[in-house]
Amino acid sequence: MSETKKPTNGFSEALLRRAAPDRAAWEDLVIVPLFAVVVALLLGAAAMLATDVDLATIGRSYVALVSGSVGSVNAISETLTSAIPLTLAGLGIALGFRAGLFNIGAEGQILIGGMAAVVTGFSFPGLPMIVHVPLVLIVGALAGGLYAAIAGWLRAATGAHEVISTIMLNLISYRLVDYMLRLDFIQREGRSDPISKSVLENAELPRLLTWLDPNLRLHAGVFLMIGAVIFIHWLLFKTRMGFEFRASGENPEAARYAGMRAGLVIVLAMGLAGALAGLAGANQVSGVLGRASPGFSAGIGFDAIAVALLGRSHPWGVLLAGLLFGALEAGGRQMQVDAGVSIDLIGIIQALIIVFIAAPLLVRALFPWGFSKAKTSAKE
Amino acid sequence: MNVELRGITKRFGSFTAVNNVNLQIRAGEVLGLLGENGAGKSTLMNVLCGLYAATEGEILIDGKPVSFAGPGEAIRAGIGMVHQHFMLIPVFTVAENVVLGVEPTGRLDHLDLVKARAQVREINDAYGLEVDPDALIETLPVGVQQRVEIIKVLFRSADLVIFDEPTAVLTPQEVVEFFAIVRSLRDSGKAIVFITHKLGEIREISDHIAVLRRGEIVGHADRPDALSEADLAELMVGRPVSFDVKRNPNPPGEPLLEVADLMVLNNNDDVVVDDISLMVRSGEIVGIAGVQGNGQSALVEALTGLTRVAGGTVTFKGKDITRASARERHHMGFAHIPEDRQRTGLIPAFTIAENMVLDSYYDDRFSKGPTMRWDVVNKAAANAVVDFDVRATSVFDAVSTLSGGNQQKVIVAREMSRDTEFLIASQPTRGLDVGSIEYIHSRIAQARDEGDGVLIVSSELDEILALSDRILVMFKGRIVAEFEGVTADKAAIGLAMAGRYEGATA
Repeated sequence: MSETKKPTNGFSEALLRRAAPDRAAWEDLVIVPLFAVVVALLLGAAAMLATDVDLATIGRSYVALVSGSVGSVNAISETLTSAIPLTLAGLGIALGFRAGLFNIGAEGQILIGGMAAVVTGFSFPGLPMIVHVPLVLIVGALAGGLYAAIAGWLRAATGAHEVISTIMLNLISYRLVDYMLRLDFIQREGRSDPISKSVLENAELPRLLTWLDPNLRLHAGVFLMIGAVIFIHWLLFKTRMGFEFRASGENPEAARYAGMRAGLVIVLAMGLAGALAGLAGANQVSGVLGRASPGFSAGIGFDAIAVALLGRSHPWGVLLAGLLFGALEAGGRQMQVDAGVSIDLIGIIQALIIVFIAAPLLVRALFPWGFSKAKTSAKE
Repeated sequence: MNVELRGITKRFGSFTAVNNVNLQIRAGEVLGLLGENGAGKSTLMNVLCGLYAATEGEILIDGKPVSFAGPGEAIRAGIGMVHQHFMLIPVFTVAENVVLGVEPTGRLDHLDLVKARAQVREINDAYGLEVDPDALIETLPVGVQQRVEIIKVLFRSADLVIFDEPTAVLTPQEVVEFFAIVRSLRDSGKAIVFITHKLGEIREISDHIAVLRRGEIVGHADRPDALSEADLAELMVGRPVSFDVKRNPNPPGEPLLEVADLMVLNNNDDVVVDDISLMVRSGEIVGIAGVQGNGQSALVEALTGLTRVAGGTVTFKGKDITRASARERHHMGFAHIPEDRQRTGLIPAFTIAENMVLDSYYDDRFSKGPTMRWDVVNKAAANAVVDFDVRATSVFDAVSTLSGGNQQKVIVAREMSRDTEFLIASQPTRGLDVGSIEYIHSRIAQARDEGDGVLIVSSELDEILALSDRILVMFKGRIVAEFEGVTADKAAIGLAMAGRYEGATA
């Protein structure tokens, strides 16, 4: 039937006005995460009390946590350095969430991406930095992306659930890295332990603050992090592909009915998520570690899941969450030094944050005065 | 048991769902409660059966005020409800389902199923329900499952039985049998509340009628024939309603969609569409009647390119499209209103604007290179919202915040605000208010008048009859009968829907 039934432009501008986010949305986005962090810190103190740490030490450890994360230029540099891979991999996880995929495999994707980046990083002596650094990053992202795409393809082609297949791919990646680190062309000359050759100087992400203090580790990966946040935000909310991702994630049946190709969306989303994790791996070897050793991913891929959850799968939220987790990590190291409290406490605090994020009702129950009355939105 | 509702008001926040309702429900009588979706019928009944606490007002049973802290107390007081969606466990037997939660037990908590079966038989005999206590629920037709729900309520010794839209899932024959059961319940002294939005049924079964609109009782009749269907409709909607869809006398044009020997299998390789052949001409509405679950969904998915066809061909304007994808068909001018707007038609968490372009977002109008042109999308959505009378404050509202009728209008707007040639509408007005039904029917008829071929699939026989130029009846995956729309005999279609039609088959 034809389109010209009524004159168009008959709508009022009011229809194009956005409503301000209501209180419930605000609570969900801001207050719940905030409370989660506060409660986790309090319970962390309780955990210390329970293990016979005296109050003065607890006080000192939280002071150290703050000073070690934001208390000095060095602290801020450490926080940012830790936040970079967490945010990058967290963005990947968040992208998966948006597309309805639960990617547990960031750890493996970081390892594979990092390994590919290391090999690229030491294999091309003589390349100028302006070529070599991007090459390392791109190869790392590609490797991580392809590795994740295996899980995506398995899901699309056979229905194998990505949670299972990414866990399995993680296990494969651990052993694969162990194996590769003993290959002649990767293992460092003269070493019998599994450790790779070092990344060439021209393949290292340049440090940014050495003019202040040669020990400051903050490197150019921080721009990569911000760029990735902006890119993913653009991808998710401004592009066709992002629309397909979000539609498939929110309601795969409706997306199928609308003619979107579910299999393609799954493979692409997994691939992109893996590319971001691979980028995180490349960033670590080329910006921080300079080489690869067994387990160099150090659990970042799992912390990234927490980062994505805490960030509510929103790119800017992931950045904030990544910074918070980076701060906890940097501050935790300081805490260990100053107060002698084990850094495992940071693991406890991070875990508690996730528990409270995953159970917003619990937070609401603990802090009833922080929230508007629970809505009985039951209409007919 | 006589129940009186006195000044019942129920508010959710600032929203008043039920406002100062007074009702008398008497033993041995059927009270018909008529109202559109959202009029407050279910809220009112949920207050009565203890799910909600009334904000104001009181409930009196046999003159004594009562208050229920939960559904359990209401059940003990003798109030039972048969819900629209059955709450049965498919792999349990009838007897097991009936006793669930109130199991007769012997020593050491031993489950006494012998006693349970005997009790079910007793209820069976008392009301002529004829349900085998040992049958598995999943093997029973919907009409019988409903009787199991009734037995459940009676087993808990209810004296007041509330039926929430009980006929929505039944064939016309099953409705007749159901009414017989309701009458036998009534004659045994039970008080019955019958909730519906169907005008004919309410006049047939009720002793009293109360009409609810926007949470208030707007009309009351002590005899079912005191008000005509037109009166009831006007009371329910608040304005005069026309049920006749304007028919265009134009004869249909060329064949548009031709289906030959179509076979479709489900995931278990069962045949769900069995050798169907049909044809839709341009300017013609073909209605497919049938009780839900007789292969209509699979047929629609096959015709829209959403499922693989096991055999046969689909031709559109002479071109074989049996294997064309949903998107290819979309380009050919197919429009599809899916049967389940929440699950397959819309993304409830998305905005109206996003939902409006769900199947055309990739179009050059709405995207440039990789990026979406959201400003264009939003303006187009705003236009469509106005053109299709969607009641919304902003195109950025999440579709989940709209009423069912407005959600359906979003789908209709999306599918029909472009040049289409063929419309497939599956249950296009299920669960909608009269106003939205009227509007959507007029849009479908308009599409036909502009030369589209239209295929309507509906389990509402009235809808099929109101719209169709030709009617096909589907039963167990086959087309078992064909009728001319104008001369169709409702009883004959009803028989065919139950698989008992002996006339000429298509």
